[in-house]
Amino acid sequence: MKILVPIKRVPDPATTIRVLPDGSGIATDNVKWVINPFDEIAIEEALRIKEKQSGGEIVLATVGQTTWQEQLRTGLAMGADRAILVKNDGYLDSLGIAKVLARVISDEKPELVLLGKQAIDDDSNQTGQMLAELLGWPQATFASKVEIAESKVTVIREVDGGLETIAFKLPAIITTDLRLNEPRYASLPGIMKARKKELKEIPLDSLGLALSPKLKIKKLTAPPKRQAGKKVGSVAELVSVLHTEAKVI
Amino acid sequence: MGDVLVFAEHLGGHFPKTTLTAVNAGTELAKRRGGSAIAVVMGDAPDAVAAEIAKYGAAKVIALKHPALKNYLADAHAAALAALVKKTGAEFVLTTATAEGKDLMPRLAARLDAPMASEITAINDDGTYVRPMYAGNAMATIELEGPVKVITVRGTAFDAAKPAPSASPVENLDAEIDSATLKQEFVSFNQTKSDRPQLTEARIVVSGGRGLKSGENFKVVLEPLVDEMGAAMGASRAAVDAGFVPNDLQVGQTGKVVAPELYVAVGISGAIQHLAGMKDSKIIAAINKDEEAPIFSVADYGLVADLFKAVPEMVEELKKVKAH
Ligand SMILES: Cc1cc2nc3c(=O)[nH]c(=O)nc-3n(C[C@H](O)[C@H](O)[C@H](O)COP(=O)(O)OP(=O)(O)OC[C@H]3O[C@@H](n4cnc5c(N)ncnc54)[C@H](O)[C@@H]3O)c2cc1C
Ligand SMILES: Nc1ncnc2c1ncn2[C@@H]1O[C@H](COP(=O)(O)O)[C@@H](O)[C@H]1O
Repeated sequence: MKILVPIKRVPDPATTIRVLPDGSGIATDNVKWVINPFDEIAIEEALRIKEKQSGGEIVLATVGQTTWQEQLRTGLAMGADRAILVKNDGYLDSLGIAKVLARVISDEKPELVLLGKQAIDDDSNQTGQMLAELLGWPQATFASKVEIAESKVTVIREVDGGLETIAFKLPAIITTDLRLNEPRYASLPGIMKARKKELKEIPLDSLGLALSPKLKIKKLTAPPKRQAGKKVGSVAELVSVLHTEAKVI
Repeated sequence: MGDVLVFAEHLGGHFPKTTLTAVNAGTELAKRRGGSAIAVVMGDAPDAVAAEIAKYGAAKVIALKHPALKNYLADAHAAALAALVKKTGAEFVLTTATAEGKDLMPRLAARLDAPMASEITAINDDGTYVRPMYAGNAMATIELEGPVKVITVRGTAFDAAKPAPSASPVENLDAEIDSATLKQEFVSFNQTKSDRPQLTEARIVVSGGRGLKSGENFKVVLEPLVDEMGAAMGASRAAVDAGFVPNDLQVGQTGKVVAPELYVAVGISGAIQHLAGMKDSKIIAAINKDEEAPIFSVADYGLVADLFKAVPEMVEELKKVKAH
């Protein structure tokens, strides 16, 4: 089966994010860039499906700048077969990204598209669902278990209050949650092999899509800082301050 | 122009408090934009829930009926809601950023070719909105353009609608859905059973982390404290990943966002992703044996102690306070 995995380059989750004083963005001087953690889970799931079916192809796709090649190479080193970079230096909102991905998908014709549920920079949690609608495909967001039997897919989803199971036929969109799997690390032979794998670059303009973002970010500000309070010396004191000072119990 | 359709989530004849949050946020948005808030209840038999929602002050309630709306599924619900947006000429569609809201609204936005703002925390007078990015380390002021806009609100940032003096009128409509286009099939829902308050609705939340060391310790050590305080139970990602507790208890950037009157963090280090889900709590108390733990940088009251000693002691102390 052919599986397409859209991935995004984001700051390492361990990075401390600081807003620039002029509000135009975040400081990037000390940022380490990584594959969005949920997208690593998506790549891992694709690899497991391929291993289980002993065959198929995994194509990575990203809509971003030339530097994003780094993350595509990392994904190839994990075991994906080839990668597509739709080169874009400008700003796109999630719907724009979804439209570009929909176009790549109509050319590539994968049977399954696995995305992260959320990019940990914009925290939008939108792209997969938008893509499903644009393609007219079924969607399963927040997947914690995926089972494929012939062309039927059964997905367990992490929802409020429990776990939901839904089913549908391929082609389909699935977005990953944290418990779906634990992504592997790229091995040394994997990294060597990745250098020779195909990484195709497509200029966004060449796709001839009309994409004017309707969501605009005017500015960023730092959130109000919460002050640390005090340390208490004992359990009795803790209960006492919660009762008499904070009056919450 | 200016009308707001509020998607009213419900399950098994009931709706969560987050639905009332959406009704209130929708009413506030409509007021600022010179329109009315219309709550939309979708189902195969939406009447009873619609009558309940009608008690909470929406200008109108629409009960949208169709057999394909029996269980929540993104494709059928997005189709029905998009058709209703066109029919009513509403400018906004809004709901709370619950798991269902997050699943549905982007699909709807794509169907309407509309922009979508996720988890807004404020509606500004100049027509802009505020939403957190980067696990709450940046607050973005954003603008949405176009005839239709889709919005989810963060449940902790808006109050729930209160019962109104008179009931809203209810309009019954058959949903327009082309059943031939539907591809998703509901199989089952495995509900986590709990007699405790809901995590996102509770006045007090007690959360446990990796420091608890096992699911068994959640039961014998933490649960007595949770119950003594009449609290909801939460957890860090580490505790959920380790299988100590069910996934829907995860608090944080990629789990649930809570802002109770009191949040008690037990054996939780306070990683940025965890803080993103609880730092707007009114009072934060933390128990951790490491005095350098980052959780103490946001805690109003911090206790440096071994939780296995401190938590049982706290249960006893609380009983004493109660006895007075
Ligand atoms: C993409 C991504 C998304 C994430 N999303 C979330 C999220 O939504 N929510 C979330 O919580 N995390 C999330 N995380 C994980 C987060 O980065 C941390 O790893 C996690 O919060 C740590 O959980 P913890 O505090 O329980 O564990 P640890 O960091 O291991 O901390 C355990 C704490 O317990 C204390 N302790 C141990 N024993 C005792 C004892 N006997 N008595 C008292 N204290 C004790 C230790 O001192 C320590 O501070 C995410 C991470 C990533 C990469
Ligand atoms: N620029 C992009 N290029 C490729 N995939 C993306 C891009 N942005 C988002 N995605 C995918 O969409 C998912 C959800 O992102 P978001 O909707 O921004 O939270 C991510 O986990 C990626 O799988």
